[in-house]
Amino acid sequence: MSEPNERRLLTPEEYLGAQNSPEFVDLKKRFRAFAFPMTFAFFAWYLLYVLLSTYAPDLMATRVFGNVNLGLLLGLAQFVTTFAITHLYVAHANRRTDPISDEMRERLEHHEYRTAGAATTDTEGATRV
Amino acid sequence: MSDLLAAESATIGEPLINISIFGCFVLITLVITFRASRSNKSAADYYAAGRNISGTQNGLAIAGDYLSAASFLGITGAIAVYGYDGFLYSIGFLVAWLVALLLVAELMRNTARYTMADVLAFRMRQRPVRMAAAISTLVISLFYLLAQMAGAGGLVTLLLGVTGEAAQAVVVTTVGALMIFYVLVGGMRGTTYVQIIKATLLIFGAFVMTVWVLGKYGFNLSALLGGAQENAVEGRNVLAPGAQYGATDTSKLDFVSLGLALVLGTAGLPHVLMRFYTVPTAKDARRSVVWAIWLIGIFYLFSLVIGYGAGALVGPETILGAPGAVNAAAPLLAFELGGTVLLGIIAGVAFATILAVVAGLTITASASFAHDVYASVIKKGQVTGSGEVHVARITAVVIGAVSIGLGILALQAGINIAFLVALAFAVAASANLPTILYTLFWNKFTTQGALWSIYGGLIACVGLILFSPVVSGAPVNPVTGKSPSLIQDVDFAWFPLNNPGLVSIPLSFFLGWLGTKLSKERPDELKNAELEVRAFTGIGAEKAVAH
Repeated sequence: MSEPNERRLLTPEEYLGAQNSPEFVDLKKRFRAFAFPMTFAFFAWYLLYVLLSTYAPDLMATRVFGNVNLGLLLGLAQFVTTFAITHLYVAHANRRTDPISDEMRERLEHHEYRTAGAATTDTEGATRV
Repeated sequence: MSDLLAAESATIGEPLINISIFGCFVLITLVITFRASRSNKSAADYYAAGRNISGTQNGLAIAGDYLSAASFLGITGAIAVYGYDGFLYSIGFLVAWLVALLLVAELMRNTARYTMADVLAFRMRQRPVRMAAAISTLVISLFYLLAQMAGAGGLVTLLLGVTGEAAQAVVVTTVGALMIFYVLVGGMRGTTYVQIIKATLLIFGAFVMTVWVLGKYGFNLSALLGGAQENAVEGRNVLAPGAQYGATDTSKLDFVSLGLALVLGTAGLPHVLMRFYTVPTAKDARRSVVWAIWLIGIFYLFSLVIGYGAGALVGPETILGAPGAVNAAAPLLAFELGGTVLLGIIAGVAFATILAVVAGLTITASASFAHDVYASVIKKGQVTGSGEVHVARITAVVIGAVSIGLGILALQAGINIAFLVALAFAVAASANLPTILYTLFWNKFTTQGALWSIYGGLIACVGLILFSPVVSGAPVNPVTGKSPSLIQDVDFAWFPLNNPGLVSIPLSFFLGWLGTKLSKERPDELKNAELEVRAFTGIGAEKAVAH
């Protein structure tokens, strides 16, 4: 088994430099701008559904058409939103985050963050959220 | 006719047909496993299939791993008997994938080598965190294995015409031995192919049954629901929630607890996480989760129809009266629809399902022991890749033997498999998920926080299960004359909920935070930077092995 040595080629300072670079701050911001609110949204919507099923079964038993009731429709709506969020996430990643991470990876492979690291060490913490 | 079946014999269909269809599956997968083994050379091959499984293939394999006997037998059975409440399982199991997709899959793929602990221990003190992660991996895998083996036990009784404890034990041993063989010879690559074949068969089989059931009701969902309601247990509304969990305030709370464990468990399941390491890049990890979400979602829609179909066409009394109880719904429906041949096919698929999932669990648990405990903690990293794989293989045999033992014990238990799997989810959500999220998104997280969160979540979760009605003290069921608890005739339960997620998951998040706040350890800034940059850009990520 050979130890992949590419990772060793980057110094800790280079990682720090990359972490403090404006494009990385932007990358993280874009990632979080989608992932965090969306996680909150689908989690809340799922909890609402579970709580309605548990504490409002009569409401969920309301017939909409034939034998199909509100509970079943809301359940199927969970499937629909899951598929929709999956699609939105992929679109967001392709458009908003992949271009930055691809470019940064390219630059890291060419050691373009080597000098930036030393200069920005004192500002570390700026990217912390 | 259904009553006659249940009364006359314990088995349905033609055991010979069932066995031969299952035998075909075993034969085909064995050949493929042998072929796959030829390119198994390094640790990366054994643990991660050389990282050159494509995103689409991995999506199928994830579906194969995830759609366990719990999904196929457990959920359809729960829908057939309790109706709507069974449906809620599948929704939790599906929505959970969004946590994996949005927060975990790609970042983990970029930073891990073989196990979950690679990421969790990255910027912490290595040995204690690896040890903790390995222990929780082993506990979760054992819970999951217990569920799968319980499923195998029920299925064997029902389908192969095997009665008598000794004979059943022989069958479970055979299944276990086969599984060990797949893992030893094929490694992750062989296991992956087994899962791909199984997922294809399972989804196709479910599709056929769905169309068949709907066809019987003129493709009218409302008519099918009406049929299920007509046949339901007296006074039970199977179309609305509450049939299983609506009885008391405690059972309602139990249901919320279950819902929480399901949605947060998936992204903490070690055998699911390990599948992300088999693909070449983070983009492939994303692609594989997208495939998995579609396949799993569509399968659960099928299972809704199959479940109500079983309720309508077979009837809950017959299902509960059959060996394997709730878990027998799908096979009984297959027999009702297509006679012995369809039953044989579905039975073969169900066996394949158990075999593939158990193989996936075994390889994960063995990788975790060999890579985290043996190589890092015991040998302090002074071990070659082949030495590590050797230990992983030995571990796989040990775990296989343990799961055979558990399977034999689980034969008598008539517990719903989906329910047992839900407990594994609760452990995963309590012990693993908080630490994973803190590690990926909180720079100040420390070793102490990780240890408190993993051990705290694990101990709280398992401890609460131990003192819950699952293990002792559940009221005796008047129909069977037995208590649904694992241990009869004693009562040391003081925790009222069957699923501990509602308590143990928030507790674990809290302990992770508290442990970090109270620790004197300063976060390693350089390691933090490396982990974060690697996670988001994929620089330095493990590459595919070229052959």
